[in-house]
Parts: sequence; structure tokens; C-alpha cells
Amino acid sequence: MQKITREVLIAKAEELLSNGTVSKVLGLKKGEFSYDQTPAVFTDIESMKKDFVFDDFSGANFSKYLIKETKKGEGKTLVFLKPCDTYSFNQLLTEHRFDREKVYVVGIACDGMVDIKKIKNAFGDGIVSVDATTDTLKVETLYDGVKEIAKAEVLAERCRNCKSKKHVAYDELIGEDGEVISSNRFDQVDELEKMTADERFAFWQNELSRCIRCNACRDVCPACTCEKCVFDNPNSGVQNKAAANSFEEQMFHIIRAFHVAGRCTDCGECSRVCPQQIPLHLLNRKFIKDINGFYGDYQAGEEVGNRAPLVNYTKEDLEPSEAVNKGDK
Amino acid sequence: MQVNEYKPKIVAFCCNWCSYAGADLAGSNRLAYPAEVKVIRVPCSCRVNPMFILRAFQRGADGVILCGCHPGDCHYTSGNYYTRRRMALLFSMLDYLGIEKERTRVEWVSAAEGAKFAATMNDFVKTVTALGENKRLEDLRCKK
Repeated sequence: MQKITREVLIAKAEELLSNGTVSKVLGLKKGEFSYDQTPAVFTDIESMKKDFVFDDFSGANFSKYLIKETKKGEGKTLVFLKPCDTYSFNQLLTEHRFDREKVYVVGIACDGMVDIKKIKNAFGDGIVSVDATTDTLKVETLYDGVKEIAKAEVLAERCRNCKSKKHVAYDELIGEDGEVISSNRFDQVDELEKMTADERFAFWQNELSRCIRCNACRDVCPACTCEKCVFDNPNSGVQNKAAANSFEEQMFHIIRAFHVAGRCTDCGECSRVCPQQIPLHLLNRKFIKDINGFYGDYQAGEEVGNRAPLVNYTKEDLEPSEAVNKGDK
Repeated sequence: MQVNEYKPKIVAFCCNWCSYAGADLAGSNRLAYPAEVKVIRVPCSCRVNPMFILRAFQRGADGVILCGCHPGDCHYTSGNYYTRRRMALLFSMLDYLGIEKERTRVEWVSAAEGAKFAATMNDFVKTVTALGENKRLEDLRCKK
């Protein structure tokens, strides 16, 4: 597979900007360290050559940014989408969240992104830079010199069980298009389902009590696009962090996952941005697994215009009591 | 000496067209069901947002039951079909988080089924009483 580099993307952007196809480019620029990157809009090629970055840490899903970006000014926005991002892109189009005509999508092949949190777990916090050009990462640490770690070990959680290397939406492709993969992404959900209710409760209490209610999972989610969110209601009593270190953020997490049930493409952004490393994708995947099991296989964002399972029904659907007993097995 | 007996708090969402009328019928037929059941009338079972159910638990309900017209008999043609899908997913998720699955229930009760309404409520209160207080879904911030 062709490795996508910063230079390849800048060359493509230069071509599209100079021939007038697009008027701006949505991308990432360098933050304080090479591994913390910030979304940015580039309108000229000089600033792009200076600031634009793309490497194995550029995991951000850009689909959601298009909602606001396409509303600003005339002309098309250039966006580089990985295969998993294109599913979110289609899902947003299905929901009429932006104008397809105002976007120029360049699909880029992807061989998995790296999670900086996993590197930090391995080597501690003082990470100066990471060289991610080969399959063995060279990590320069503040106190321990240069360390090496295999890329496979620090792959982002969602890339570990990637569901598709196939782009479902694009105007142009760089690199070859892959295939849909029959992934093992429900394995962890299966394991949890096999536990007893008390064990599951203990597991989730341990995970969700760490939540600091920063709302990053909500803000980054390409399916969460309400302009006014139910959790911003100051009268709800639950808009902030619970005072005690208890399980009380569960409602937020159940509802967050429920609101995207049937529309979640399993892009894994929620887990990527969580500063507390809560495996939020396990909640979303439970809904996806249930929907597949109860109402037939459904992949959100596979095609524009597909009807989501929760706005649909058949007369023979199973009863809620049967649904719960299914999880018993 | 009198021992304070545990009485659960039960919230029953009843659809205006079938189950609420069913509750009425139970009353006019003088069929007894426990006073712990607090009935909340909703225009249709699909008016019940999953948040309503979690909100009831947060604020101290021990059990939540949702009653609507039988599938196929919805006053609005298809409301309860959507309810059925939503609640199937929600209940399965609650179970996944380790919440006792007996605390939530969906029953279809028509306007002619006063006896079924009373029997369902009796049974549900008995089940929830056996489970005891809801500790897993309560939220101290919401209890005043």
C-alpha cells in the first residue's frame, strides 16, 4: 500500500487550489508537539507548506467540521478522508447536514493510526517527539533517551479492529481502495455480555466513574450534530461533573450512545478523544451489535439515503423483554 | 412494634388511548393495584424518550413500566412500533451496564384490559419489592 505522506497531500492541495477546484483546505496543523495536532483551515499553499501536518497521529475525522466549514463563503472545501471517515461523511449527507456540492473529497488510504495515549502509557509523560515513518516507532523521551516500540502495539483502539479499508464516498483517490473487512470488533462486547450482571456493573462503574464530563466525546462525534444539546440544559442537574467519584455519569453515557444508535458508523472518535481513556466505543458497539442481531445487519453511512433502524420498524420486531433475555446467553 | 415495610416507588408511563383507559377501567371495576404505582399519562407510548426512563431512575424510582396499545392498535398508526425498537435497545443496554433487568418493563394493555392492567401492576410491584431499592441508577445530584 502506498504510504500517504504530508508531501503527497500538499502536492494534491496545491494542484486543486491553483486550478480553482477548491478555495480552502481542511487539515491539521502542528500543535505544541508533533503528536498533538490541531484542526486548521488553509486558504493558500504557502501557509500550508509551513504548517500543514499529516502523519500517523492524524487520526481526526474531518466529516463533522464540514457542517460549519461549508456554510462559510463560496467555493469548495478540500478534505482528506480516511476510509472510516467516509462512512461518517455519508451519514451526515443522509441527514442533510451539509451540501455535497461544496465539498471536494480526496480519499486517502490508511494503514492504521497511532494512539499517543498508548505511547504515554508505555513510556510515561515526558515524550518529546515520535518518529512514525516506519513500522517501528522511535520515541524520544525527556528522561529515558530514545525508545523503540512496534506500531502494532500502539495502534489506536479502533484501528486494531478496523472494519473497512474501502472508501464509500470520494471525488478522487490517492492510493488504492481496499475492501470491507470482516473484523472482530464485537469480541469485547461478547466478553462483557458473558459476565454476570454484577461483574458488568463493576466494570462500567470503574470505567464511567472516571468521567470528568468534559463532553469531548459528544463534541467530536460526527453523529452528534444537534445545535442545542439536551445536556446543555442548566436545569437538568446533570450538566456538570458529579461531585462524588461515583457511577453517576451513566445517564450521560447511555443517552449519548442512544442518541447516535443506528447512526453511529463506529468511527471510534469518542474513545480517541477521551482524556480518561474510557472505552466509549464499547457502548456504541453494543447498540450496533444489537441492531444487527435484532433487525438485520446495518452499517450506517454505507450508502447515502439509507433509513436508520430506529426510524423504521417491521410488524414482527421482537419485544423488549425478549431483547434483554437474548443478552443472557 | 411496627416495622416499616419497604415500599418501592414505581413510575408507570401509560398511553392516553389504551393503557390509561385500561387503568381507568381497572378503577371502575374496583380491581386493586398498589398505590406505589404513579401513573404518568403520555399521548402515545412513543412519546416516552429513553431519557424519561433514566431520569425517573435518577430521581429515585425503583422501577419504571411503560404501557401502550398493542402493536397494530396504535392510535397514531405506528407509534408503538417505534417504542418497541427503542425500548428493546435501551433495556438491552441497561442490562449490558449491569442494571437489574427486572426494573424495567414494557407491557401492551388495551382500553378493555382493566384486569390485565391491575394484574401487571401487582406483579411488577411484587418483582421490584423483591429487588429492593434502586441503587445502581440513582443520582444524588438529582435527589432533593
